[in-house]
Amino acid sequence: MIGLQHYLTMSAILFTLSVAGIFINRRNLILLLMCIELMLLAVNFNFIAFSRYLGDETGQVFVFFILTVAAAEAAIGLAILVVLFRNRRSINVQELDSMKG
Amino acid sequence: MNLSQISPAAPEITLTLMICVVLLADLFVPQEKRVITFWLSIASLAVTAWVIVVTASSATTLAFDGSYVSDPLSRLMKLCATGIVGVGFLYARDYLQQNDLLKGEYYLLGLFGLLGMMIMMSANSLLTMYLGLETLSLSLYALVAFERESAKAAESAMKYFVLGAIASGALLYGISWVYGVTGTLHFHEIAEVIRQNPGLNDVPLWFGIAFMIVGIAFKFGAVPFHMWLPDVYQGARSPVTLYIATAPKIAALALLFRILVDGLGELHGVWQGMIMVVAVLSLLIGNIVAIAQSNIKRMLGYSAIAHVGFILLAVFTGSETGYAAALFYTLTYIVMAAGAFGMVILLSRQGFEAEAIRDFKGLNARNPWFALMMLFFMFGMAGVPPWVGFIAKLNVINAVLEAGFPGLAVLMVLASVVGAYYYLRVIWYMYFDAPEDRSVFQSQADTRFVLSLNGIAVLALGILPGWLLKLCIDVIGHS
Repeated sequence: MIGLQHYLTMSAILFTLSVAGIFINRRNLILLLMCIELMLLAVNFNFIAFSRYLGDETGQVFVFFILTVAAAEAAIGLAILVVLFRNRRSINVQELDSMKG
Repeated sequence: MNLSQISPAAPEITLTLMICVVLLADLFVPQEKRVITFWLSIASLAVTAWVIVVTASSATTLAFDGSYVSDPLSRLMKLCATGIVGVGFLYARDYLQQNDLLKGEYYLLGLFGLLGMMIMMSANSLLTMYLGLETLSLSLYALVAFERESAKAAESAMKYFVLGAIASGALLYGISWVYGVTGTLHFHEIAEVIRQNPGLNDVPLWFGIAFMIVGIAFKFGAVPFHMWLPDVYQGARSPVTLYIATAPKIAALALLFRILVDGLGELHGVWQGMIMVVAVLSLLIGNIVAIAQSNIKRMLGYSAIAHVGFILLAVFTGSETGYAAALFYTLTYIVMAAGAFGMVILLSRQGFEAEAIRDFKGLNARNPWFALMMLFFMFGMAGVPPWVGFIAKLNVINAVLEAGFPGLAVLMVLASVVGAYYYLRVIWYMYFDAPEDRSVFQSQADTRFVLSLNGIAVLALGILPGWLLKLCIDVIGHS
């Protein structure tokens, strides 16, 4: 029988994967944006599991809002990525180091 | 559903309508008359401030099924945020005009950001808080990148975006755990559930609180989650930095107050330790690293981290005195920060960004009055009496002593002494070094007038702090 703890473990694994992806990945900014999406999806997973467990719909409503905001966030992120690429001709994470102090 | 049910949200509704007007008007304004957008934005802020004042009462009213609250605390914060955004807009005008950046985006994104901040200040449920936070954050990401030809701005926008998104993710993950344990998103219901079930105070809830604190610390720019802050301050254009450095700090304080005090106040013992670690690290690292900076925007960034340490330590005490001290500190800090960045903007001109500290060399010989104003801002931030920073720091130290942490109070005093060094260095450059460039300032009379008022306010608030202090204590006591 699959219970609440299985869903929570799954979501925790997804969340950890996304955080690890953000900090380990040193090559490609697009991968970074994908990790951010994965992170929000892991949170959604948690919300739905809790919502089902508690028998309360608020958590599912929250998921809809997160999905909407995630779309807006992806749009802004990709727009910044395009501006960055036009200016530097590269989306390599390691090259983002022009400011030091 | 009738109008009285949504009337507590009147300021936000007014601002949204005004944003629509500005958005449409900006489309039809020819480029050479773009200053109309600026005046319309100022008018929007004035109308919003007027609505906040007119609808003010000492009562606390809920709206939208309890997910929205209008209380004295939110109204004071909203009024201050509206005012400081207006001041920032005015300082930005001449700079944007000289650099061919006066395109309406700055003002529109600024107004949208203000809308997000106002929603955060009035949020009474985790969902409303999240939506307000995202409205603010998305506007800020775009604002940093709004100069399309600058690689530096794009780079700092990307860093801001990625780290901000991680912060939102961590905050949301924490929210999901708190929701799972308490079964509700409304702050007062969360507090009620925790009060009635002491057994809930357990690992899953701590887990959620820890993730939420990570998110809040990111948004504040507290160490160890401060990596984005100096880069964003340096990479963004000065008017954008001014915007980011002022009003969003009040919004971050609202985030902290609403979640940790309104919602999880009962669990003060759990989050106190986490806040203390973050605050002490911010205080030390902010002050020490600021000494090594040669870029004034970056230096002010690290100084902001140190000031956040003070604010967090005031909240850490968990007493009403501490909360009032945090509010007073934030409100006065943003006045000084607005002035300091206003000076950076004043010294800049077409194609030249006065961002190195040595650009302030010999300012006294060039313009004694504005050198004096910069001295006011620097002494204010350093906490020299009788400027207002001194009173603000004294309040926080008092609250920490009252809560019984003399060691922390000593640390705060020592950190302030270290911090005084880099502020005094700017003053030394202004008064005792020869000027390197002798160009005249190109800003208009109204900007100079408001900047002077801003400087005098830092001194006047320091001499007569009583009324603002009393106001802070009153609004904290009411909510």
